[in-house]
Amino acid sequence: MTQSSTRRTQTEGRPEPGADFRTSTSVRYGLDRLFTGLVFIATIIGLIVLAVLLVDVAIDGIPRLSWDFITSFPSSFPDNAGIYPALLGSLWLLALTTLISVPLGIGAAIYLEEYAPDSRINRLIEINISNLAGVPSIIYGLLGLGIFVNFLGPITGGRSIISGALTLALLILPVIIIAAREALRAIPNAVREGGMALGATRWEVIRSHLLPMALPGALTGTILALSRAIGETAPLIVVGAATFITFAPEGPRDAYSALPIQIFSWVSQPQAGFAVAAAAGIVVLMAVLVLANSFAIWLRNKYQRRG
Amino acid sequence: MDSEKTRKERTLSEDPERRPEVKRLQSRQPSPPVATGSEAQGITIEGLSAFYGSFKAVTDASMNIQANKVTALIGPSGCGKSTFLRCLNRMHEVIPGARAEGCVRLGDQDIYAKGSDPVKIRQRVGMVFQKPNPFSKSIYENVAWGARINGYRGNMDELVERSLRQAAIWDEVKDRLKESGMGLSGGQQQRLCIARTLAVEPEVILMDEPASALDPVSTQKIEDTMEELKKRYTVVIVTHNMQQAARISDYTGFFYIEHMGDPGRLWEFDATDKIFSNPERKETEDYVTGRFG
Repeated sequence: MTQSSTRRTQTEGRPEPGADFRTSTSVRYGLDRLFTGLVFIATIIGLIVLAVLLVDVAIDGIPRLSWDFITSFPSSFPDNAGIYPALLGSLWLLALTTLISVPLGIGAAIYLEEYAPDSRINRLIEINISNLAGVPSIIYGLLGLGIFVNFLGPITGGRSIISGALTLALLILPVIIIAAREALRAIPNAVREGGMALGATRWEVIRSHLLPMALPGALTGTILALSRAIGETAPLIVVGAATFITFAPEGPRDAYSALPIQIFSWVSQPQAGFAVAAAAGIVVLMAVLVLANSFAIWLRNKYQRRG
Repeated sequence: MDSEKTRKERTLSEDPERRPEVKRLQSRQPSPPVATGSEAQGITIEGLSAFYGSFKAVTDASMNIQANKVTALIGPSGCGKSTFLRCLNRMHEVIPGARAEGCVRLGDQDIYAKGSDPVKIRQRVGMVFQKPNPFSKSIYENVAWGARINGYRGNMDELVERSLRQAAIWDEVKDRLKESGMGLSGGQQQRLCIARTLAVEPEVILMDEPASALDPVSTQKIEDTMEELKKRYTVVIVTHNMQQAARISDYTGFFYIEHMGDPGRLWEFDATDKIFSNPERKETEDYVTGRFG
C-alpha cells in the first residue's frame, strides 16, 4: 500500500504503470490450490469406488479361478461349473463385432467428414447419429431380434454368434463414427490443401495423410466402444444368447453364450456356490477387457509414434 | 561407381519419358494441341470472378502472366489476391460453396473448360501456402509422395535430391532425410514445401505469402530460391511486403477495393518498375509509397 502510494508520486499526477492493480497474488494462488484439491478429490473418488469393487470381486472370485474353471462347461453343480463356452463366445463376439463395426464406422466418418456436401439431409444424418449413440442398448437388442434373428434368420442361423455380433456392432457404430469424425476434424485443413495442391485426389490424401493422422484418435473411441460391447448383457439376452450351453461354438452361425450372460445366469441361481462362480467369471471378463484394451492401446501408440 | 553412372546416363537418354529436352522440342512443333512436359507456361486470365457462396470476392480480373517471370500480387488485406491466386490452379473450388467464372488459360488450355481435370491442373500449377504445411512424414517422403502419386517412374532418390537442392535446403537436411519434416524450423519447413512442389515438375508455381510467417533470414533464403526458380518456372507470388515485391518480381498486379463490401478488383497491372516508380492510378501510388494499407 505504501509502496504504491510512493510510486504514484514519482511521476507527476500520472500513476506508475500497474499502480492501479492489486499487488498481492496470495488470494489468487489460494484459489488455485483450492481448485487443484477439488479436482484431485474428484479423481480419487472415482478411483476408490472402482478399486473397492475390484478388490471385493477379486477376494470372492480369485480362489475359485483355476484352469479347470476356464476349460469346463457349465454344470448344475456349482463346484463343477466352468466358463469355457461363454469365454469362447465372448471372444467370437469381440472379434466379429470389431470386424463389422470398425470398417463401417470409420468409412461412415470419412464420408461424412470428407466427402458429404453440407446439405440438409447430411445435417439430419449427423444429428441422428449423435442421437443413436444415446439409445438404450435393449432397443438395439429388439432391433437385432427383428432383423438379424427373425428376418435374416436363414442367413445368420437365427440365435447365433453372427446375429449377436451384428447387434453389438449396430450398438457401438454411432460411438465409433463420432470418435473417428472428431479425429478427422482435428486435422488442419492445410494438410488436405497441401496434398491436393500436389495433384492428389481426395482419396490419395485420405489414405496417405488423413487416415494415419486420425487413427490414434479414432482408435481411442473404438477401444471404449468395444469395451462397452463386450460387457453388454441386455441386447444379447434379447437376441438369444444361451445361458446354459454344453458345446463350444465353432463358427459364426452357432448358438453361443457370452461372459456377461453366464455371469448374469449364475448370479440368479439360489446356491451360494454359483455366486462365487459369478465372481470368478467377472475376473475372467475383466481380464479379457484388459487384454483387448492393452492390444488396442499398443496399436494406437504404434501409429502415434509413426506419425 | 563410374560404370553405374554411365549406365544411368544411358538409360536417361534412351527413355524419352525422362528427357525434358525431347518434350520441349515436341512442343515447339507448329500448333501443338496441348502443351506437354514441364516447360514453363504463361497464364492468360480473362474476366475472372471468384465467389464464396453468394459473396463475390474478385470481379472481372484480366492479366497476362509471362512465362519464366516472377509476377507479384499486392494490395490491402481482403482484396482478393489470395482468392485470385487460388483460382489459377483450381484450388479455390475445394472450399465448400466457392466457385470461379471466367477464362484462365495455361498455355493453350482453358483450365476451367468442361472436361479439364483439376487434379492434372494442380500437378502442372503447384502451390506453396502461407503457413508451412509439411506432411507428418519423413523429409524424404514429403518430397517423394507427390511425385509418386503422379506416377513418377524415374529415380526417386535423384528427384528428391534435385528438388531439395533447387529449394536450397539440401545441405541442411541431407543427413536426416528419414526424420520427420515436422521437426524442421519454420523456414526450413517452407523450403521443404517448395521442394515438394518442385518434385512433381510443375510449369507454374503459385506462392501465397510464402515468407509472411518467417524471420528475415529465412525470407532471404526463400527470395534467393525464387530468383533461381524463375529460370525454369513461371512464378506468381502474393505478398504483403512491398519491398519484397519490388525486389523479386518482374511484373506487379495491384488489387484494391474502392468501397467497403465491393468485390476486389485488379486495379493496376504493369511491369514492377513502372508500378513502383510511376503508376497510372493514384490509389496504386498511395499504396506502394505506404500512404495507406
